[in-house]
Amino acid sequence: MSDTSKVSKTDAEADAQSTLAPADDPTAAPVATVDPRLLVREEGFKGYWTEFTRKVKGGELGSLPVVVGLIIIWTIFQLQNDRFLSADNLSNISYYMSATGMLAIGLVFVLLLGEIDLSVGSVSGLGSTLFAVFVVSHGMNPWLSLVLAVLTGIGIGALQGWFFAKIGVPAFVVTLAGFLGWNGLMLWLLGSSGTINIPSDSGPVHLLGQSSFFVDQAIIGAYLLAGLGVVLMLVGNFSEQRRRKAAGVPFRPTSEILVRVGALAVASFVAAAVLNNSAGVSNALVIFLAALVIVDFVLRRTTYGRKVFAVGGGIEAARRAGINVPLIRITVFAISGGFAALGGMFFAGQTASATLSAGGGNTLMLAIAAAVIGGTSLFGGRGSVWSALLGMLVIQSIQTGLDLLNMNTSIQYMITGAVLLGAVVIDSVSRRSQKAAGRA
Amino acid sequence: MVHVSATPVLALRGVSKRFGAVQALTDVELEVHAGEVVALVGDNGAGKSTLVKTIAGVHPIDEGVIEWEGKPVSINKPHDAQGLGVATVYQDLALCDNLDVVGNLYLGRELLHRGVIDEVTMEKKARELLSTLSIRIPSVRIPIASLSGGQRQVVAIARALIGEPKVVILDEPTAALGVEQTAQVLDLVERLREQNLAVILISHNMADVKAVADTVAVLRLGSNNGSFSVKDTSQEEIISAITGATDNAVTRRAGRRSTEAGQ
Repeated sequence: MSDTSKVSKTDAEADAQSTLAPADDPTAAPVATVDPRLLVREEGFKGYWTEFTRKVKGGELGSLPVVVGLIIIWTIFQLQNDRFLSADNLSNISYYMSATGMLAIGLVFVLLLGEIDLSVGSVSGLGSTLFAVFVVSHGMNPWLSLVLAVLTGIGIGALQGWFFAKIGVPAFVVTLAGFLGWNGLMLWLLGSSGTINIPSDSGPVHLLGQSSFFVDQAIIGAYLLAGLGVVLMLVGNFSEQRRRKAAGVPFRPTSEILVRVGALAVASFVAAAVLNNSAGVSNALVIFLAALVIVDFVLRRTTYGRKVFAVGGGIEAARRAGINVPLIRITVFAISGGFAALGGMFFAGQTASATLSAGGGNTLMLAIAAAVIGGTSLFGGRGSVWSALLGMLVIQSIQTGLDLLNMNTSIQYMITGAVLLGAVVIDSVSRRSQKAAGRA
Repeated sequence: MVHVSATPVLALRGVSKRFGAVQALTDVELEVHAGEVVALVGDNGAGKSTLVKTIAGVHPIDEGVIEWEGKPVSINKPHDAQGLGVATVYQDLALCDNLDVVGNLYLGRELLHRGVIDEVTMEKKARELLSTLSIRIPSVRIPIASLSGGQRQVVAIARALIGEPKVVILDEPTAALGVEQTAQVLDLVERLREQNLAVILISHNMADVKAVADTVAVLRLGSNNGSFSVKDTSQEEIISAITGATDNAVTRRAGRRSTEAGQ
């Protein structure tokens, strides 16, 4: 997740060494003092620990709140109901988190700009309804219907982005209007019938359904995915290390790569084993993970992603650098709309129907909470798409846990509201201490 | 003066600029040679910023000629100026706080490797650039937010050099800096001169001007009010040119009397 920041530490070591003997100032050479403000990491694992405590004190919490939160939540629910950490329940969590997770991916883009999209819930409901109308009422090809529904989502997002970027209406207001308006359109489309049942064998709905698993539940499937992830990370890390060595810039030591890849390997193979104990890896989860990998690549490795971060970090700087700020804003909202509509397909897959309640209720709040809990800042410029995954793990654990305890919707809403507030408080406080530590 | 080239890299000949009823610049002349630091000084409202913006392409000129290496050119938009090789560092540095030093240096002109941002080459080149300028920052991979004001200023100047310009315009580079940081920035200005770049330095600080500039061009009320060689001019003379202290009833009378005496 924080690839570049990790590299920076090794970088700091080399820089610190070079400051020992400034080339331009021979008189300073014998004075072997290192500026204490330099980010020097001590060698060995003690160094990791000091680095870690320094970052936490400086307000760079990263994914720490998520991990701590997840442990607390799982412990509480497990104590209340010992079925919570069973393979079947964890498998449920992994399946249901994918739908809201897709919404959260789109929201990460918007949050990186320091804006908010309140319409994603309604757009996802509209997406599932459009899909159902196309397939059931018009008898269209399901895949074509899916493409049309997602394109509609992209168009809706672009329209909202245009109002924001070109007319100057605050994004919060535009998307609040969208929140109501698109929900109204969905209700109008569903009309008197209220619910449209989609044949569960139709393409995307079957793929995203509850009984659809990667390579048909074969045990090997889960391990194949876990292995693929580990190999990709290993190859990626070592090829980067080789290129950095060749270019003579600081590189990540092999031991660190092995530790990181090892951590991923343990996590993914344990997850694979647990899911195999139940039914296997649902296709919805596979698609969600694939989307995460692709979006992470786009955000970190392409000029488009760099531009999104730049606009989130400083609009004037971005403009001076020749970045077309309105275009970035419009496309980001379009991406958010597209992912919302795609998430709507996931909801449709869960119930094999388009319902009046699709994308309503607390869907929007859960998606925002997931992105923020995962570590993407509401203030823009900081975050990663993996926060959608981590945040959804927390959010879906709470949802599933409360369901398991037969909690009322009223209680669920109150708890979800409190969790969202807590996440934003952590974000605000960490931003404040980052400012105090000169890192924001 | 260290410059040797006879043809100035950039020359303004009789440049005028009017905003509505305000004549911002009148018949301004300015020459900058490679390897020369020209300080552009003047009181508030003297037209320094307007002049710089005409060179940077923000405000197209109304009258006059801009010559680039002896040939007349037209600069109508910022892109034209950048294309010629004019880099401007504005007073508000406009860096992205959340991006690291490498990201900021290459913002908007990222190097690509098979369509993907080439972080390795960018980092390598950034380190080379910073070390040729003897810029010392903790790491090229820390966010700009962690840097001090002086470090941000040198990063902003280094950013202007990525496009390999021939003329660098610095707008009040030391205005918000402390003593030590000011010295670092002035060192950097001298290094730009050593690399044979032409530097236009806007400053209110006479000490800075005396320290690094070769030539001082004074603007007063939108027109030239003298161009001095820093070596042979006292600070008082420059200041009187800025404030117009030499141009008052007393000096005019003295001037009249001396010409009468001459006849």
